[in-house]
Amino acid sequence: MPSTRDIRRRIKSIKNTAQITKAMQMVASAKMRKAQQAALAGRAYAALMNDVLAAAVAGAGSFRHPLTEKRPGERRAVILISTDKGLCGALNTNLLREAGRFDKETTVFVCAGRKAAQWAGRLKRELAAEFTYKDSPQFAEARAISKFAQQLFLEGKVDRVDVIYTNFINTLSQKAEVRQLLPVGDIKALEAGLEGNGATKELGGVTREYLFEPGPADLLGNLLPHYLNYQVFQFLQEAKASEHSARMVAMKNATDNAKQLVKDLTLEYNKIRQASITKELLEITSAAMAMG
Amino acid sequence: MATLKLEIVTPEAKVYSEDVDMVTLPGVEGLLGIYPMHVPLMTQVVAGEIIARKSGQELFLAIGDGFAEVSQDRVAILTDMAIKADDIDEARAEEARKRAEARLQEKLTDEEAATVQSALLHSLTQLNIKRRRRP
Repeated sequence: MPSTRDIRRRIKSIKNTAQITKAMQMVASAKMRKAQQAALAGRAYAALMNDVLAAAVAGAGSFRHPLTEKRPGERRAVILISTDKGLCGALNTNLLREAGRFDKETTVFVCAGRKAAQWAGRLKRELAAEFTYKDSPQFAEARAISKFAQQLFLEGKVDRVDVIYTNFINTLSQKAEVRQLLPVGDIKALEAGLEGNGATKELGGVTREYLFEPGPADLLGNLLPHYLNYQVFQFLQEAKASEHSARMVAMKNATDNAKQLVKDLTLEYNKIRQASITKELLEITSAAMAMG
Repeated sequence: MATLKLEIVTPEAKVYSEDVDMVTLPGVEGLLGIYPMHVPLMTQVVAGEIIARKSGQELFLAIGDGFAEVSQDRVAILTDMAIKADDIDEARAEEARKRAEARLQEKLTDEEAATVQSALLHSLTQLNIKRRRRP
């Protein structure tokens, strides 16, 4: 049976841990609110951009941009968006499980976030580049990643580019998802690619004849890279919102568990304390009786 | 009388969404004045000034580079910056301009240079509009 001193020590240390996890939970929940707002605010832009792009592609007729070119090859690049730090539950585990499904021989990884890069190094996957992104993702960071991927694609080093990221559904649920980034698919795929925006205008059926200024080729040439940059930006934001949500939930669970543990230990401590008091009393009374 | 729905959206927020009578926007090939029932048009816009006229009142906005989609009853503008002329803080814009210009003197990677350039463009556009409108 542990002594009361041991239990007291354990209670103290668990209380300390609870304090830390509680603080981390607070920080995560403040960050989560910001990240969620950012992720949701971006969706209106994404929806409108989708509209414009769909109309431009439809209006451009037979024109084909190199970024939309479908090639038969097998080589692919995967942009893996993970977190920098752990302590966020199963978030990265789920993400990296998706990543592990890709064929080792034909896949190169472009990592954003430290955990992804560590994973690639540990499993000896081919790492093409490693990027970092801040707590509140900047557009420039997304642009750097997207540019790199576009270059790989346009130079013919890879035949398609996918993104693995954690889609933010709500505070309690985030899902690791794989999305095709390049080649840019047909318009239908584009619309499906941005589900959850809720505001996509109906475009199907009525193909309006657009005037283009400058010509459709130039316009698409400028619009497509921007569209991709923005897609990556949105992915980063979703990933961040997911990370903070997952961390908050994980830390909340940890705090709750610690509190429960403290409660259980306190009960045990009191039991032992009372037992020892009873024992002492017995000894005193029996001693008194023996004397008397 | 027919009206146009003007929507200005940036990655951060939907800045403006209202029915207006006429819109003037800076296209790559020159200023465009758009009335309702305009022929569908897709254009790139450059940093500059948007004028929205609504029941005799004119509203000025500074915008950054982007794209615009015009259809008969709607003008949708996608841009990386949009701010109402009245909300422009001249001191802050001036400060941002100085900071960006100072940064350009340093050695920068392409990526950084692009960011600084666009920041410079944003502040210059804001300053231009603010100063021109001063009585």
